[in-house]
Amino acid sequence: MTISLMPETSGGSLQPQGWLRYLSFSTDHKVIGLQYMVCGFIFYLIGGALAGAIRTELLTPISDFLPRETYNEVLTLHGTVMIFLWIVPVVNGAFGNYLIPFYVGARDMAFPRLNAVAFWLIPPAGILLISSYFFASAAQSGWTAYPPLSTTTPATGQIIWILSVLLLGGSSIFGGINFIATILKLRRPGLKLMQLPMYCWAMLGTSILVVLSTPVLAGTLVLLSFDIIAHTGFFNPAMGGNAVVYQHLFWFYSHPAVYIMVLPAFGLVSEILPVHARKPLFGYTTMVYSILAIVFLGLIVWAHHMFTSGTPPWMRLFFTIATAFIAVPTGIKFFNWLATLWGGKLSLNTAMLFCCGFIVNFVFGGITGVALAQVPFDIHVHDTYFVVGHFHYIVYGGTVFVIFASIYHWYPKVTGRLLNEPLGQLHFWLTFVGFNLCFAPQHWLGLNGMPRRVAEYDPQFTLINQLSSAGALLMALSTLPFLINVVMSAFNGAPAGDNPWNALTPEWLTSSPPPVENWKGEPPLVHEPYGYGVAPGQLSLNASSGRDLWTLGQSVEEP
Amino acid sequence: MSNLSSTGAPSLETEAGPLVHDTPDHSHSDHRMFGLATFLVADGMTFAGFFAAYLTFRAVNPLPAGHNYELELVLPTINTLLLLVSSYTFHRAGSALRRGDQPLCQRWLLITALLGFSFLAGQMKEYFSLPFGLTDNLFASTFYAITGFHGLHVTLGGLMILIVWWQSREGGRISINNQFPLEAAELYWHFVDGIWVILYGLLYLL
Repeated sequence: MTISLMPETSGGSLQPQGWLRYLSFSTDHKVIGLQYMVCGFIFYLIGGALAGAIRTELLTPISDFLPRETYNEVLTLHGTVMIFLWIVPVVNGAFGNYLIPFYVGARDMAFPRLNAVAFWLIPPAGILLISSYFFASAAQSGWTAYPPLSTTTPATGQIIWILSVLLLGGSSIFGGINFIATILKLRRPGLKLMQLPMYCWAMLGTSILVVLSTPVLAGTLVLLSFDIIAHTGFFNPAMGGNAVVYQHLFWFYSHPAVYIMVLPAFGLVSEILPVHARKPLFGYTTMVYSILAIVFLGLIVWAHHMFTSGTPPWMRLFFTIATAFIAVPTGIKFFNWLATLWGGKLSLNTAMLFCCGFIVNFVFGGITGVALAQVPFDIHVHDTYFVVGHFHYIVYGGTVFVIFASIYHWYPKVTGRLLNEPLGQLHFWLTFVGFNLCFAPQHWLGLNGMPRRVAEYDPQFTLINQLSSAGALLMALSTLPFLINVVMSAFNGAPAGDNPWNALTPEWLTSSPPPVENWKGEPPLVHEPYGYGVAPGQLSLNASSGRDLWTLGQSVEEP
Repeated sequence: MSNLSSTGAPSLETEAGPLVHDTPDHSHSDHRMFGLATFLVADGMTFAGFFAAYLTFRAVNPLPAGHNYELELVLPTINTLLLLVSSYTFHRAGSALRRGDQPLCQRWLLITALLGFSFLAGQMKEYFSLPFGLTDNLFASTFYAITGFHGLHVTLGGLMILIVWWQSREGGRISINNQFPLEAAELYWHFVDGIWVILYGLLYLL
């Protein structure tokens, strides 16, 4: 495969050298992307250590490793760190900043300085949050901060938690505005919306959710802080207030937040699978409309988190049906990915393995999600470990698996070197086995009535909890080969060349690592980012129906 | 490979990065207005959350006996008119700038700022004459939270107008060739006024 644009772009790198620029207020989208990535991963390690403390405590039915209040602080910090400091910043900020300008054929994001501001809100917010554990007592009311729990536990930690989440919400909104403007306004002339790589659509949908729902959370947390500091009674029934209104407003953000964490992962998988299966992405158009449908439905299903909060019957009916409907666009995406794999020339490398792991885990998490949408079932397992298991299948088995897949896929782009495959495979199998061992048994625990967020439990659950903790240990160990791999390969990895996967999406059509402003010459105009295994001219993304892609992908040889 | 082609696109900006589609004759309307409009959607959602909370409280949380107030309507109605007129005067300032008449633009801006700060003064006067305090009951808390959050927006807008006024003097940064700061402040001001109209309808009239 020859790409006519390569000769002008494969020369020496223009990028300023030196690691100090990663600690600077750089406005280069690639530097900012890596800043998000590394910062997020540090918080992942901290959140993982907190998870380790939780699973150690739960080895025995009594509260022995941590005092009960510390356990509450640890579970609150674990949830907040993992969601707001690891998954949301990395799956949006890191990959979004690195890839979106390439995908739209731009040299940077629409608002580079706003972009840097959005990143630099994150480290102070994270340090603020974690330091509350050492200087006061951290928040104890879980990542949901429901009143009256959040208004009766120690106030200092809760207020610091609110400040931290407000900063992170601001960062997220600035990022979302930037992505929307970049995707809609900075597209290279001649590039149509329906020719964009799928991750652009995922980020557009995600950013719409961020812009519409995050401000509602911010406003709600301000009201909550009034309740704590000024002793107003917005959410305090004793003062005539209404605690359920907090839940409505909170979940108006936090249900879409699940899609803010998962839609970008859907987009990344859609980029990785076609490359390593050497087949066009199946059903491009249906993928786009599925994302838009998920965005719309994601905004009107929040009350399925509140079936035990005295919701009236009509509300239960509406939110059950709306939630069940989300399975339709999500199912379409899954069948499209399977059809992309079907009959392809698969390379089962680490990136591909993590994608397959994602598909397996997410289908399971999706099925338990549909089960949880049903009111009678939900009431039975509400606030039990079933919900914990379901949630981790979505955000860890789903999104974190995709983050790892993406790191293995784009590491050569960023560094110009390949990651070590055997270490990568070891990482995958440790993660996959550890993850399923850790979280699958939690469904059984929940069905049998073990409540979540409690340091003690009925001794009959001991063995299953120990199994789950063993899985957590494997997950912790899996980080070692990954870290060794990432650090060693940066110095000693096999040179990757500019395009080791023979990929067609625009970020590969420049040198690896890319020069400042991405291309030395003109940005390439890629009309068919998934034209794998298809003779030139036979594939047209915006004109093809799914069936066309299906037959083309099967019958035509690799060029 | 036919699915990768480079077009003869016009020369590309390499300086600040953006591959701008704009032609020089409307180069002032870059993507910053679009970004600001997106931000205002987000800001509007904050108010939407507050309004939703207020309406729910109203519907399901009855106030204790003796806590139902008839709000005085004269001052808030005058305040509403002040804001509506200020939107018009800001618009006049914008048209003056687009014609290149900076002194006139400055005069209209000053009038706009005066109207904005009169609104804030009226709001203060109202706060001090109300028969309830922040923590008296649910309506009182919601009332102060929403009007206070809006007042914060008016304050920021008023400061923005003063900055724009100063920068649109002869030799300032704002001129017919750089209208963005004025246009941005104007869009923001219209947004704040629009929110007030909804707020007035929901909190005072409903």
